[in-house]
Amino acid sequence: MPAEPLADGALTLPDVAARPDPAARGRRVPVVSLGIIVLFVLVAILAPFLSPADPGEQSLRNRFKPPVWMEGGSSKHLLGTDRLGRDMLSRMIWGSRVSLAAGVVTVLLASAFGAGVGLVAGYHGGMVDAVLMRATDATMSFPVILLALILAVTVGPSFTNVVVAIAVILWARYARVIRGQVLTLMGLDFIAQARIAGAGAWRIITRHLFPNTLNTLVVLVTLQIGYVIIVEASLSFLGAGIPPPTPAWGSMISEGREFVTSAWWVSSLPGLAILLVVLAFNLLGDWLRDTLDPKLRQL
Amino acid sequence: MIRFVFSRVLQSLVALAILSVVVFILARATGDPLQLILPMSATPEDYADARRYLGLDRPYVEQYLSFVGRAVTGDFGNSLRARRPVIELIQERLPNSLRLAAFAMGISLAIAFPLGVLAAVKKGTGLDRTAQVIAVLGQSLPTFWVAIVLVEVVAGRLQWLPAGGSSQGFASYILPGFTLGWFVVAGMMRLLRSGMLEVLDSEYVKLARVKGVVEHRVVWVHALKNALIPVVTFAGIYFSILVTTAIVVETVFAWPGLGRLAYEGISSRDFPVIQAVVLTTAAIVALVNLGVDCLYAVIDPRIRHAR
Repeated sequence: MPAEPLADGALTLPDVAARPDPAARGRRVPVVSLGIIVLFVLVAILAPFLSPADPGEQSLRNRFKPPVWMEGGSSKHLLGTDRLGRDMLSRMIWGSRVSLAAGVVTVLLASAFGAGVGLVAGYHGGMVDAVLMRATDATMSFPVILLALILAVTVGPSFTNVVVAIAVILWARYARVIRGQVLTLMGLDFIAQARIAGAGAWRIITRHLFPNTLNTLVVLVTLQIGYVIIVEASLSFLGAGIPPPTPAWGSMISEGREFVTSAWWVSSLPGLAILLVVLAFNLLGDWLRDTLDPKLRQL
Repeated sequence: MIRFVFSRVLQSLVALAILSVVVFILARATGDPLQLILPMSATPEDYADARRYLGLDRPYVEQYLSFVGRAVTGDFGNSLRARRPVIELIQERLPNSLRLAAFAMGISLAIAFPLGVLAAVKKGTGLDRTAQVIAVLGQSLPTFWVAIVLVEVVAGRLQWLPAGGSSQGFASYILPGFTLGWFVVAGMMRLLRSGMLEVLDSEYVKLARVKGVVEHRVVWVHALKNALIPVVTFAGIYFSILVTTAIVVETVFAWPGLGRLAYEGISSRDFPVIQAVVLTTAAIVALVNLGVDCLYAVIDPRIRHAR
């Protein structure tokens, strides 16, 4: 029985229903967030050209040089140097590559798989749905970091392991949300009509259901890139992420941890970088949600 | 209702069984634990003896079955590193973790509830905006970084609170508890705010107002009850996020809990410990999720009847 899409609106008082939510509608494009994201992506892509020095080059004579604006800082190392005398700015620039790549690759893998599961579960219903959703629930309740730590010692820490470990858990959220949407869509007339017109499962899923879940997917993906960047940094911090010679923001924080008192910049600057980028992705995601899919709830 | 609970219990057990297989396989794949236990000078014969003694020479299926059989009775074998029964380590560490988690959860609820509800009621005001900033920051700050900064500033420079360990009573809970609760505050507050906004605009709330119900009763009783549903839905996920965050927080604050035990176990390839920690954690998470689902069915009868 197809549900009536207008049922909700018909019951509310007209004056209240017609009044647009000023806070949601009036929100302008988050230019600052977009700017930060574009800058971050450009820096990551252009790292070899932007980086003033080799991020791996050590110089013990120059260890713990403070940033340029502090006493003792020099213009040779704009953001100072770490405990091995490596240039902080260069390491931060190269570190952005790890964060960006981890965020984007993981979220793409997780969303593709999760959306697939959600579409199939929602479309078929019944046993298929029950089995897939139980698997989703079980996955969702497993702590991501625990799995990543196990993988890191099993196979050794590497970029691939970090991506796999996070994606293996993260897909479940997409599956849940997309399946919920598909259930609603399945009750609408246009799906029934497509069926009557003779469309098969594949066609209905790819041509009719999937396009209608795209808005939600875009919002989720944006919001989760920030989350993945934080998880990747946590793993690198714990020594289970990107292995040492490669500069990653999380491991930089970890390396600077013992010297917070004497050389605060070594762990504070990468921390600030993570904060800025994740904040930008979250604010953009919030805006996208308010604009594209106001009903969506997300952690 | 009984059928609902029964089927959920069954599902949890199946999920745990699958997980135990995965954990067993992964733990066996972490490389040869004997390399860590035996001295450098050990001969191949020593290796063979130790392997026989620890039962590592038997077929994997046999090892797995005996592992499950013993695990059900709480016997996880001996820690390869500490040379003590793993169950003792768990019994020592688990209460510390639970206390810390309860404290963190308490802080989160105490902050998130009033802020989330008031932000919705006073939408668009300074309070609302402050709440939004707290929420966005909570989701964007890396936990471990917050932990390091707190250790450095509050414990190091100001010397107000202990930097780590759990030996100083209540004072030792504040920093790790706050760090752990931070992320949950953000998520819960947002859910409450959006839930309240939706509910406050609904027919029955308007009716209550028209009937002349006092405003604070409308907000805190009529509206909050329904705005809680999404919060309860996500409670299970919050809990697993809390568990995840605890590994990082306990490591930074040297908190003698399960999370730190996991980290230590993994860095020394102590697989009886890894298996026990992962399974204990998963069992607790499953139990909490089960509780949440039942609570959910009680609060919202629509769920019960939908199945």
